[in-house]
Amino acid sequence: MASKATVSPNVDLAKARQHTRRERWQSFRRVMTQNKAAMAGAIIIAAYFLIMLVAPVLAPYDPFEISLEDKLTPPSADHWMGTDDKGRDILSRILYGSRLSIGVGVASVAFGAFFGIILGLIAGYYGKWVDTIVSRLLDVMLAFPGILLALAIISALGPGLVNVTIAVGVFSIPLFARIVRGSTMEVKQLEYIDAIRTLGANDFTIIVKHIFPNVLSPIIVQGSMRLATAILSAAGLSFLGLGAQPPSPEWGAMLANGRDFLFSAPYMAIFPGMMISVLVLGFNLFGDGLRDALDPKLKK
Amino acid sequence: MSVMEKEPILEVNHLKQYFPLKKESLFSPKQTVKAVDDISFKLYPGETLSIVGESGCGKSTTGRSILRLDEPTEGEVLFNGASMTSLSKKELREMRGDIQVIFQDPYASLNPRQTIRKMLQEAMTIQNVMPKKQMEARMLELMSLVGLRPEYLERYPHEFSGGQRQRIGIARALCVNPKVIICDEAVSALDVSIQAQIINLLKRMQRDLDLTFLFISHDLSVVRHISDRVIVMYLGSIVEIADKDSLFDRPSHPYTRALLSAIPSTDEQQKKTRIILKGDVPSPINPPTGCRFHTRCPFATDLCKTDVPELRALTPTHKVACHYAETLLSSPPV
Repeated sequence: MASKATVSPNVDLAKARQHTRRERWQSFRRVMTQNKAAMAGAIIIAAYFLIMLVAPVLAPYDPFEISLEDKLTPPSADHWMGTDDKGRDILSRILYGSRLSIGVGVASVAFGAFFGIILGLIAGYYGKWVDTIVSRLLDVMLAFPGILLALAIISALGPGLVNVTIAVGVFSIPLFARIVRGSTMEVKQLEYIDAIRTLGANDFTIIVKHIFPNVLSPIIVQGSMRLATAILSAAGLSFLGLGAQPPSPEWGAMLANGRDFLFSAPYMAIFPGMMISVLVLGFNLFGDGLRDALDPKLKK
Repeated sequence: MSVMEKEPILEVNHLKQYFPLKKESLFSPKQTVKAVDDISFKLYPGETLSIVGESGCGKSTTGRSILRLDEPTEGEVLFNGASMTSLSKKELREMRGDIQVIFQDPYASLNPRQTIRKMLQEAMTIQNVMPKKQMEARMLELMSLVGLRPEYLERYPHEFSGGQRQRIGIARALCVNPKVIICDEAVSALDVSIQAQIINLLKRMQRDLDLTFLFISHDLSVVRHISDRVIVMYLGSIVEIADKDSLFDRPSHPYTRALLSAIPSTDEQQKKTRIILKGDVPSPINPPTGCRFHTRCPFATDLCKTDVPELRALTPTHKVACHYAETLLSSPPV
């Protein structure tokens, strides 16, 4: 090569690098902050996660402490949300329960996303018979109504929060897989994938480094939306008595417990129910905002 | 021609690329699109060989088959005398660096999530061209070679214009020290002034780095400017292959003549009559029998309908696949 051996740039490359990264983050933040609904969603989610973290500090009582003389007291200065049929403080139970409800939601979405992404990438990238097999498998899973599939899985594994997580996660798999498969097929035929193939990259590198980052946006959007559904499904399963077992303060289980006292002590069901609906609303709002910010194809 | 005496760097023998079509029903006959049907040519070191033809004639497919981006149905590609088509995937990956490609669409050919630095670094790491320590200097050198500022290394593709992106594509192809570069419509998506810049850049690279180009294009004026030899393709097969001057001065195949007559001329006096071909390009699923061009050729006879014309040499550097090439040549050019 004819050019001089010492071509030194007259600008600080490290600075330029930082600058670009900041710019991308700023533009993402700008879109998000301008979207009021998304911000509301973000604030709700942040509040819930905060509650989850500091529950032991905030909780005025032990969530498991039974005191029968205090049972079914309506909301008061002592018990802001009242007490349940065993005299446990509902506020404390809700605060602690956030860990279970959110935890199950996040874990099951992570589970579903992990397997869904792998299946989707493989099906979309290799195509042909691999795609046929994976896609038919997904079709079978999708053909089951979600709750029914979860019921079947739990009846096989036995009730419990971990099994609820798996059950809800399993029926998230096809949703992620289908989205990832579609985007993968789209990205796969772009010229930069051909370019990296002609450079000699193997399939693993191509999939992990070049396809995965470019199908990430729809996954994030789907993930945040899915969290809402997953929390709702987990609560639903607990409500049916298949998830969290008494005395654990899972919101769905609390709701189920309150059902028997709906007329005499409506606060037993109202507060956990409200917690679930507001959280689901938060994730949905945030998810919509994320989609607008991350998915340029859907922009007006 | 001295260039003909050298050993070819790339040799394509009887390359076929058929794409199966989805069957309409279980019992319908298996159909294939014969995108490239039995083509052979040689690429000599240091030259620029162009492939021209209208869209759908198989020129890009030829490039992709050579690179094994699509596995060829049949035929053989030899690189420096060694067969590329029989290599295993792993062996192929190791020699990938020798043949690189520059793509048409500068907006689709760069990964939007990678900075230019990452892109070049990854390419060099895959082909293991040099130790990591030397890469920094090499990247800066490459950037100045293709005429980009060094700080652009830190940027993402969306921050560049089409011409700049194409320069990045060229830098990415060059960073693994290739010997052959396939330019697949490399300038077609750029506007004319940028086209000239990129072509000049390619020419300079060829001179300085001793590169061989297979230049796939539909733009005859660009081809005339850049090539040493030209291949004309029609419906998946080669109709004419010749030195540039020979081809542009004495086009021998009726299709080449029609194609060349479509070049707009700025000279009022020299205004040529444009040969307008009748009908559409036949379907590559069921190409015509005999000479593939006979359905649209103004000179076609019964012989053309039944016999496939061989690609035969008129002069040592000019081959044509037409039964009546000599007769046509002696008739006044239209």
